[in-house]
Amino acid sequence: MGFVTPDYGTIFWMVISFGIVMFILKKFAWAPILKALKDREISISEALNSAESARKEVAGLIASNDMIIAEAKKEKVIIIKEARDIKDNIIAEARVQANLEAQKGIEIARQQIIAEKDAAISDIKKQVAELSLMIAEIVIRKQLENPKDQEILVKDLLKDLKLK
Amino acid sequence: MLTAEYNEDTMIQIIRPLIFIIFAVFIGTGTVRANEEPVKSEETETAKSFNAGKYVIEHVSDAFEWHIATFGETHISIPLPIILYSSNKGWNIFMSSRFHHGHETYNNFRIESEGQHEGKIVEVNESGEFVSLPVDLSITKVVAGIFVSVIVLLIIFLNIAKSAKEHGNQAPKGLQNLFEPIILFIRDEVAKPAIGEKKFERFMPYLLTAFFFILINNLLGLIPIFPFGSNVTGNIAVTMVLGLFTFFVTALNGNKHYWKEIYNPDVPWWLKFPIPLMPIIELSGMITKPFVLMVRLFANMMAGHMIVTVFISLIFIFNSLMGAKIGLGVSVISVAFSVFIIMLDILVSFIQAYVFTLLSAIYFGMATSEHH
Repeated sequence: MGFVTPDYGTIFWMVISFGIVMFILKKFAWAPILKALKDREISISEALNSAESARKEVAGLIASNDMIIAEAKKEKVIIIKEARDIKDNIIAEARVQANLEAQKGIEIARQQIIAEKDAAISDIKKQVAELSLMIAEIVIRKQLENPKDQEILVKDLLKDLKLK
Repeated sequence: MLTAEYNEDTMIQIIRPLIFIIFAVFIGTGTVRANEEPVKSEETETAKSFNAGKYVIEHVSDAFEWHIATFGETHISIPLPIILYSSNKGWNIFMSSRFHHGHETYNNFRIESEGQHEGKIVEVNESGEFVSLPVDLSITKVVAGIFVSVIVLLIIFLNIAKSAKEHGNQAPKGLQNLFEPIILFIRDEVAKPAIGEKKFERFMPYLLTAFFFILINNLLGLIPIFPFGSNVTGNIAVTMVLGLFTFFVTALNGNKHYWKEIYNPDVPWWLKFPIPLMPIIELSGMITKPFVLMVRLFANMMAGHMIVTVFISLIFIFNSLMGAKIGLGVSVISVAFSVFIIMLDILVSFIQAYVFTLLSAIYFGMATSEHH
């Protein structure tokens, strides 16, 4: 059968054309195509890597943002607490001050009252003394109208002196 | 290790097309015999009767002209250059149209139609007797088909290379987009696993060229319109050259380990001395591998083309045996089967190109591997 015996003419042309086409394709087609494929793969993997690192960076930023916000919140709480304390202190101090003032006022009033009272008492005493003097003068004058009484008195006085 | 796995596949791939061939040849030769008898008895019948065997063989084998159609007695064909060298007459270059479809002798050359040198160009003397066989480097139909496919290959891949250079890192478009996945497939699924990450790049140009050469030729061979349709990968000379390329690439790249495994494998000494049994087996294995590549591709493509032509010729067989109406009826079934077989052939085209490339890559991988 003719078609299972290889024909040398066909072999000759096949070797030449296949060799040439392989040479041309190797130099002008496969080299640039494979290079382009490789380059693209590298650039894609690089792009993916950089995207990944950017994503991580953003995640880091978000985390630090959260931290800042949390810190700010904490600070806010602290500030509010401090403010409340200050307020409480001020109020307490003011109350104490007011109490003190009131106490002082009361004290002054009391002292004044005492002073007034003392003055009034001494005035009364003075008036009482004057009144008693006046009464005693009247009584003594009445008693000493008779000379006998005068004598008795003097005797009594002298008796007291002797005894002493 | 790899050969053992692939041997089974190999066997299946050889056996299947062989069955096809046997089937096709059986039908072909059967009808040839059936038709030969009336040829002898009634000369007038020969013109009318349809010789299916000859028809099928003519369609799948090589020719000196590119036959397109025949209307009655008028053959329409593209003449191809005939290049001959004979010791008597030196170089002779002329178009095949000078032979008038093999009917005439030109410049003492003629296409032998019978006998020992059937189908070949022979040199004859003035009285028409055989003188010698000239060296025949004619551009036959298959060679012309090779040139066509080479041009197609170059147009496609130089274009892709151009766009690959221009667009660089951008997404591929058009032709580049169509072929890049295949190139990537060859690189990542065939070359890398078979040869290894470090060495595969050296073999990529050959593997890609072989794959696309076979694929393009397989597919172009299925298109029955000029300038396609030449049965290139169904020609044993073509597949032989492809097998030889794989053989030489393997042999030239074989490392120390590879040659040691062939000439001095690690087997008991009595397998190597006094009769070098293992080296002989290994050497024959070395030759069998490209031979298998050659036969598998040839047989697959040849079988596909044959079956299609056999189905088509069934129409004419029934036509000449039982009349036009039966022939018309059979044509429906024949065309349906042909379409199915052509569909199958498209699949086979891809599979065979893939198998050839994969096995070549495995052979290269075996030749360059450091450890067993």
